[in-house]
Amino acid sequence: MSESSDPASLGPNVRQTAAEMATGDRTETLLQTEDLVKTFGGFTATDSVDFAIEEGELRCLIGPNGAGKSTLLKLITGTLTPTDGAVYYNGHDITDLAPNKRVDRGISMKFQVPSVYGDLTVRENARLPIQQFADGAERRQLVRESIDAAGLSGYEQVEASTLSHGQQQQLEISMAASLEPDLLLLDEPVAGLSVDERAKIAERVTRLNEDEGIAFIVIEHDTDFVGEIADKVTVLDEGDVFREGSIEEIESDPAVKRIYLGEDDGGDE
Amino acid sequence: MKQALSQARYGIAAVVAVVALFVIGALAAPNLTFRVYYAVSFIVLAAIGLAIIFGIMGVINLAHGEFILVGAYATTLSVTKLGVPLPAGMLVGALVTALFGLVVERVIISGYVPNWIGQQTVGRDLIKPFYDRLADSMVATFGLSLIMVQGARIVFGNSINQIGVPFGSTAGYPDYRIALVGITAGVLAVVYLLFTRTDFGTRVRATMQDEQTAMALGINTERTYMLTFAIGSGLAGFTGALFAPLLSMQPTLGSQFLVEAFVAVVVGGASVVVGTSLSGLMLGPIDALFSDEFGEFAGRIALLVAAMLALRFLPGGITGVVDRLRDRMEGGS
Repeated sequence: MSESSDPASLGPNVRQTAAEMATGDRTETLLQTEDLVKTFGGFTATDSVDFAIEEGELRCLIGPNGAGKSTLLKLITGTLTPTDGAVYYNGHDITDLAPNKRVDRGISMKFQVPSVYGDLTVRENARLPIQQFADGAERRQLVRESIDAAGLSGYEQVEASTLSHGQQQQLEISMAASLEPDLLLLDEPVAGLSVDERAKIAERVTRLNEDEGIAFIVIEHDTDFVGEIADKVTVLDEGDVFREGSIEEIESDPAVKRIYLGEDDGGDE
Repeated sequence: MKQALSQARYGIAAVVAVVALFVIGALAAPNLTFRVYYAVSFIVLAAIGLAIIFGIMGVINLAHGEFILVGAYATTLSVTKLGVPLPAGMLVGALVTALFGLVVERVIISGYVPNWIGQQTVGRDLIKPFYDRLADSMVATFGLSLIMVQGARIVFGNSINQIGVPFGSTAGYPDYRIALVGITAGVLAVVYLLFTRTDFGTRVRATMQDEQTAMALGINTERTYMLTFAIGSGLAGFTGALFAPLLSMQPTLGSQFLVEAFVAVVVGGASVVVGTSLSGLMLGPIDALFSDEFGEFAGRIALLVAAMLALRFLPGGITGVVDRLRDRMEGGS
C-alpha cells in the first residue's frame, strides 16, 4: 500500500470524493480508516475499524480499557504498523508513511503518559517540534509563543521532569500544537488532573479547535470533559466501533452503559 | 535558570580541578602525571564512540575495536601510501570509519538494505533492527568483528608499515602522548557541545529518551540513529587515527582497546560525556599505576576488579552517583 493520489487506490469515502469532485461537489473528510486491523500475537487490538472524521471536527473516543482506543491513535500516527487495512488522510493513502512524514502532512499526537522529555528544559522541549521547520528569529518567536500558551513563562530553563503533571500536559499539548497540525490526537489529556487543570485543558482544546480550525480526536474516560468539548462521540469496544453519536445519545444508550459502565440495562443486546 | 547555572557551575568546577591537578602534577612529578593522564586519555578515547552507540542506540558494538582498526589503517595507509600529511590522514581515518559505520548501520544494525531487498523480492522485511536488542546486537557485531579481522588479514597481510611518532619528548615522556591528553579534552568538549548545544543533539537526546514521542514530534528517528552510529564510528576511527603512530599495525590491534572501552562504559553509566570522562579519570590512574608497577596484564586485571567493585557498589555507574549528588544539592538549595 504505497502512498498514492490515484482515486482508484483510495478508500471508499475518498473514491466517493473523486466522483463528487467530477460533479463539482466536495467532501470534507479529513481522515478515514478502512478495515484497520492490529494484532499483537494472538490478541486483536483493533478489528476491521472503519472510522472517519471531518475537517475541523472535535471527536472523542471512549470505551472500556482494552477497547483499542490508544492502538487506533497509534495506527493513525504511524507509530504502530497495521496488520491489515488502510489509513487515508486528505484523500491520500498514508498507511505506509513514516510517522515523521505524517507529521509533515499535519497529524500530531499527545500520548497517554506525559511524554515531555524530563531531562530537557521546558525551552528545549518546546523547541523540539519547532526546530523541524523554523530557524532564527521565527523559531525564537514560536518557542516563546508555545511556552506562553502552555502558561509556562518563567519556567524556560527548568527541567521538564520538575513540572507538575498538569504543567507537563499543557507543555505537551503546546508541543503537539506548535507543529501546526490539521489533526491533533490527544490520549487522555486530563487523566489525573484537578478540576481547575481540567478546565484549562478543555478551554485550550476548544480554542485550538474553534479559533485555529484544528480537528481533534480525543481519548478520554472523563465523560464530563467529553460532554464539554466534543461534537460527536465514538464508542469503541473489543477493537471495533460500537456506537457513534452525540454525548447525549451515547450516554442514554443502554448497550453503551452495559459495555462501558458495566451497568445492566436489562436488555438482550 | 538557577538550576541550569548550578549545573554549569559544577561542570566548570570539575574541569578546573582536572586542569589544576594536571598543572600541579606536571610541575611536581611530570613523568607520573603524564603517564596517568595518558592512561585517562586512552580510556576515554577508547570508550567514547562505544558509549555514544551504546548509550543512545542500545547497541553493544563488539566490533568497536575493529572500527578503531579501520581508523588506524586508513590513517596509516593514507600517510604511508598516499603521502597525505598526518593531521589530514587522521581526518581521513575518522571519515572513512564514519562512512564504514554508516554502511554497517544501514546493512546490519537497522536492517534497511536487507529489508528493502526483502520488500522487493518476497514482500516482507528480512530482519528486525538491532536497536535496544543488547544480546542480539552483541552476537551480530561479534560476527562482524571476526569478519573484519580476517578481512584485514587477507587484504593487508599480518601487518602494515607504521607511521613514526611525531614530536619529541618532555621530562623523558613523549610529547605526542601529552598532546593526546589535550586532544582528548577537545574531543570531549566537541561531543558535549554537539549533544547539548545543537538541534541535532536535542533530537538525539529526545530520541534516546522516548523514540515514539520523538517520531510524533516529526523527528526522523531513523536518520537520527543512522547519524549517531556514524558519529560513534567516526570517533572510534579518530581514536584509531590518534593511536596509529603508537601501535604496531596488525589486524588484531582493536582488541587492545576493547577491555578499557567496555569497562569505562560500564563504570561510567548512562551519560556519554560525564560518565565516560569520570570513569576515565577514575580508571586511568588505576591502569597507569598497576601497569607501571606490575606490568600491562596486572593493569588490566586491576581495571576489571575496579569494574566489578563499581558494579557492586555503584549499580547506576558514575552517572548514577552524579545524578544523586545533583538531586541532593538541588533539593538542599
